[in-house]
Amino acid sequence: MELLNVNNLSIAFDTRDGKNQAVDNISFNVQKGETLGIVGESGSGKSVSCYALMGLINTPPGHIEQGKAMFHDVDLLSTDEKTMRGIRGKRISMIFQDPMTALNPYLSIGDQIIEPLLIHEDVSPNLAKQRALALLDEVGIDDAASRYHQYPHEFSGGMRQRVVIAMALITEPELLIADEPTTALDVTIQAQILELIKDLQRQRNIAVIFISHDLDVIRYMADRTLVMEQGRIVEQGQSQTVFNSPNHPYTKKLLAAIPQQAKPAKFKYTPKKNNSLLSVNNVSISYGDRRSRFQAVNNVSLKLAKGEILGLVGESGCGKTTLSQSIVRLINIDRGEIQLGEQSLHKLNTSELKKARKNVQMIFQDPYASLNPRMTVFNTLAEPLKIHRLAESSEIKEKVLCLMTDVGLDPSWANKYPHEFSGGQRQRIAIARALAVEPHLIIADEPVSALDVTIQAQVLELLLTLCQQRQLTMIFISHDLDVVRYIADRTAVMNQGNIVELNETETLYQEPAHSYTQQLLSAKLSR
Amino acid sequence: MATDSLQQYQDVVFEHGRSPWQDAWYRLKQNKLAIISLNFLAALVVIAVLTPWLAPYGYETQNLALGASSPSAEHWLGTDIHGRDLMTRLMYGGRISLMVGFAATAVSLVIGVLWGAIAGYVGGLTDTVLMRIVDILYALPFMIFIILLMVVFGRSLLLLFLAIGLIEWLTMARIVRTQVMNIRNQEFVSAAVVIGLSHWQIISRHIIPNIIGPVIVYITLTIPSVMLLEAFLSFLGLGIQPPQSSWGVLISGGVETMEEYPWLLLFPGLTLSATLFALNFLGDGLRDALDPRATRD
Repeated sequence: MELLNVNNLSIAFDTRDGKNQAVDNISFNVQKGETLGIVGESGSGKSVSCYALMGLINTPPGHIEQGKAMFHDVDLLSTDEKTMRGIRGKRISMIFQDPMTALNPYLSIGDQIIEPLLIHEDVSPNLAKQRALALLDEVGIDDAASRYHQYPHEFSGGMRQRVVIAMALITEPELLIADEPTTALDVTIQAQILELIKDLQRQRNIAVIFISHDLDVIRYMADRTLVMEQGRIVEQGQSQTVFNSPNHPYTKKLLAAIPQQAKPAKFKYTPKKNNSLLSVNNVSISYGDRRSRFQAVNNVSLKLAKGEILGLVGESGCGKTTLSQSIVRLINIDRGEIQLGEQSLHKLNTSELKKARKNVQMIFQDPYASLNPRMTVFNTLAEPLKIHRLAESSEIKEKVLCLMTDVGLDPSWANKYPHEFSGGQRQRIAIARALAVEPHLIIADEPVSALDVTIQAQVLELLLTLCQQRQLTMIFISHDLDVVRYIADRTAVMNQGNIVELNETETLYQEPAHSYTQQLLSAKLSR
Repeated sequence: MATDSLQQYQDVVFEHGRSPWQDAWYRLKQNKLAIISLNFLAALVVIAVLTPWLAPYGYETQNLALGASSPSAEHWLGTDIHGRDLMTRLMYGGRISLMVGFAATAVSLVIGVLWGAIAGYVGGLTDTVLMRIVDILYALPFMIFIILLMVVFGRSLLLLFLAIGLIEWLTMARIVRTQVMNIRNQEFVSAAVVIGLSHWQIISRHIIPNIIGPVIVYITLTIPSVMLLEAFLSFLGLGIQPPQSSWGVLISGGVETMEEYPWLLLFPGLTLSATLFALNFLGDGLRDALDPRATRD
């Protein structure tokens, strides 16, 4: 039975640069009890089209140009606000991406869960609480009765997402829209939440629209899949068909962009004798004050040879970022030593450190935050050259332009500001900045996590090429197991401040020795 | 890539290129209102500087026989109850008012921005100490403080500036501190540390340019408020003394005789309002012009 029928929907936004056609004449339907996956890169219009169904588009700047969205016999796009309020949160509900911000920090989770129920149904608070407790139990919150009165900050990310799901389901909606519900979660938690949504959907026979940029997640979840590109649906069909025999070139490109094999042989590192570059010995780092200390990194040791790429994987809070920040001396270590070549990095004083900084550079996760918005690309790239006096002032221009071509940027853009570039291009600028001082070691902290999958593939390729050309050594930090397998020669797995396993990448992926590594790898969605 | 073609790019990019400042100036020029305001303020400053030569009368020159007369050919803006030429007094008053405004701006820019930036950037104990000093100064009863100053050091214009300057940077320091704490945690600041910039270079090149928006907006709010503060102090007899004048003094005098001699309120009022409008337009224009994310071309 058809639950929702969207016909010729077009949405545009007025921007300073003119009209932006976010959604361009799309049509699709959702059957009762099925999961429809919508997959696409950022800006493809996948979220916007679903927000429009809920009446969540801000007008202006956005406006719905045409189209109908029939939910039973109501057109969601043209009906009045009062009818919409009766549907929103009652018959159609939504799960958002970030469970950290989707809950009101000032209300207990119990009050938040029963809120939609009290608004939409004529139930006593007591009965509402009974239903909420039953549902909390169902979504896997242990000891629901005592946690009912707790506040969001007392729950972990995965637990919060369970609460959000309970909140969405309490009114027993017919349609659930899930917008990237697991993107902010760790891989083991993601697996649990996906399983939960699947179970609940099957038991209650509700329809789900599942939006994600992650092809593996969509393949795992969806009965049918829509592929969106630049506001259009380029392909739709049974998930099996779409993923196994894609028709449209864009779908093929998306699928091909996921790194799913081992490191390409041409980039393989061949070990040489006696060329150790970095050695980290028994390093411990902790945060906090005297009363409560948190051991972020616990007695960790690792070695890197010149020209090698070491992958560092682990879930959030495992200490991988803390460890890497200690190597660039953004934070200090409590115990242990960090040796780069002949130099003891952890012992350097301020002026020695300033000079030594050019040996170790870092690439950050978020290319939107890691570039100063008020500096042109030229100034951003010239700054390290000037600080370390690596070029005469007459050579700086040439060097900067050279750097830009090296990372695949058009040098005629040198006078542009970061906001004029796309995410992938910004990450190239950040890479160029790290390379400007010709470092020996580069630490890349989730450098591709914020990028779309096709852009991610290009940036990975660039990093591999640069490392090979320049004999660079790199520590590559990521939560994404596929990406690390593709780029790293050796891989270290971190859990709760310890390196639990460190081995040749292929060996580690094929025969994980430690139970935590096995757990991580099995949580990965298989193809 | 061959050096030749890079050379070619260099020519293209840098011959016609603009520095961020040129860029900002270019964007400001697009904003007609801001440019008109800029010219208006520049004219005010020129007039203020040249007043002793331009003014048709002396500021204390009285013509008691004339009394308060409405605008005429000899006295374009009329005269006050003592028969003093209003335009002359407005011109001399502008010197004081603009000076008070600019002094307060300078103090809040230099001390306020630096104080707040250091507190926000360094954090910890430094932050606590610096901000508690701000709190203490906030808590001082301002009027008593000024009266004490006047009693101890005698009345002087310098002291008036000092007193206003002493309090006007406090709010600025708080605003800047909050902004800096935001910016400090952004990745581009970590990137700057990793590159090897000194703290001072990070504050001046990466942090302060990014907080310029709120700073400018607050400045445009500060100038009118100190001009009015000066009028208030003068009204209490703690600021400038007759026969000297300032816009604030002229306005508060004008209010008293508003019903009989409306021009005595009208012209000073108009002058002050026009100046404040111009400051606001210019402030808005500057804020937009200095933000590279604003539209280009």
